[in-house]
Amino acid sequence: MTYFADVAALARKDILLELRSRDTLPAMLLFVLSALVVFHFSLPSDASETASTGLLWIALLFTALLGLARAFAAERDQRVLDGLVLAPCDRSAIWLAKSLGVLAFLGLAEAVALPAYALFFQPVGWELVAAIVLADLGLAAVGTLLAAMAAASRARELLLPLLFLPLVIPVVVGGVGATVVDDPGRYLGFLALYDAIFAILSWASFEYVVAE
Amino acid sequence: MSLRNNRAVLLAAAASVLLVAGLALALFWAPEDADQGFSQRIFYIHVPVALTAYACFAWGAWKALRLLWTREPHYDLESYTAVHMGVIFGVLTLVTGSVWAKISWGVWWTWSERQLTLFLVLFLFYCAYFMLRFSVEPGPRRANLSAVYALFGVALIPVSFLAIRLGERFIHPVVFRRDGPALSGSMLFVFCVCLAAMLALFASLYTNELTGKRLDARLRELREALE
Amino acid sequence: MTTSEKYVTGAYLVVLAVILLYVVLYSLKLARLEREVAELTELARRRQVA
Repeated sequence: MTYFADVAALARKDILLELRSRDTLPAMLLFVLSALVVFHFSLPSDASETASTGLLWIALLFTALLGLARAFAAERDQRVLDGLVLAPCDRSAIWLAKSLGVLAFLGLAEAVALPAYALFFQPVGWELVAAIVLADLGLAAVGTLLAAMAAASRARELLLPLLFLPLVIPVVVGGVGATVVDDPGRYLGFLALYDAIFAILSWASFEYVVAE
Repeated sequence: MSLRNNRAVLLAAAASVLLVAGLALALFWAPEDADQGFSQRIFYIHVPVALTAYACFAWGAWKALRLLWTREPHYDLESYTAVHMGVIFGVLTLVTGSVWAKISWGVWWTWSERQLTLFLVLFLFYCAYFMLRFSVEPGPRRANLSAVYALFGVALIPVSFLAIRLGERFIHPVVFRRDGPALSGSMLFVFCVCLAAMLALFASLYTNELTGKRLDARLRELREALE
Repeated sequence: MTTSEKYVTGAYLVVLAVILLYVVLYSLKLARLEREVAELTELARRRQVA
């Protein structure tokens, strides 16, 4: 299964790079914590629990954006993307590897954010964790593709949020819904649907995004 | 080439006839709705415009798919023109929908109108399409990126609609509800005429836009050859 | 005319306005294309003479 071997090799490269440079992950961790603190100051005292849930999801979205903005930064800065594309592996393997990397960073950021959220605002239930896991898959899948698109443009970091936010509105609805509603099943199912549709779409179209 | 021209003229003529007929029917001939009175007639322009916008995005996505499939570069222009028209019709949908909301409930905007919310999301999405196009150099790269994005848009439409429906449970209590017009036979007829009119308008404008853009490209080539 | 009738008419007029705006923009484009063709014809003629 050389496909998965390629994916593993590429993913390992990205994670090793991050471990050595240590710029993206600490930034994401600090950002999500700062955002949570800002939310405390921005929520009026009679704000409902639902409001703080919504804000958590916004924080996670923007933390994901932060991580995604850096996803292709290394390749772009050193013009390695062309070399990567010429490598004798399926282009979609690049997408899968990058997504796994983004997923890993996002997961680590959430491992810090969720305890902080439980500390600052309200306890975290299993529905929230399940929703976050499902949402992460979708965010990483779609985000990686869009980050590759943005990397090809002149506007880069400016463009990524514009492309990203409209596409992930369903994720926010699914995530917040699963957290606040009594029967989260439908929302979790919806998140899974979103993941399936957009992961397949991203996987299939990635080679057109990086091709010349 | 004369075949293309003939088609453009025919489309424009058809669109004109259908539009005038549709408008006249909608304003004068269609029966008055029992509940909403005269203001229900905005339905004959709002819904056809909305459906035409969907048709534009679908057409754009189809051309995008053809581009990725065959790699023939002319599909890029066709896809872009369709998306461009879709945004124009989308803005018209938002405006007419807003007016309808004002008539029905006295507010210029309401989140409880699912179609309207969906169009807002799509509007944001396709505006980003233009930002994407303007920040990449023209060429096969830009064509590919635009095509992939257009395909994502079309996937987003049903997913977003589902999301909006699911979201209603916890976002706002559904305050405003409008009983869908119980379409009598004559109402349905007028609606179909107006829908055909809008689609014909799209087809006609699309053909003209494309011809204009192709002329632009050819003139540029000519200029380069002569200078 | 009642208020709601005014709004309905207004909506129809907005659609009409957008269509007519399109016609205006398109005529401008045609004018520009005509100018370009004239320029290029001139260029070609000069080339022929030269």
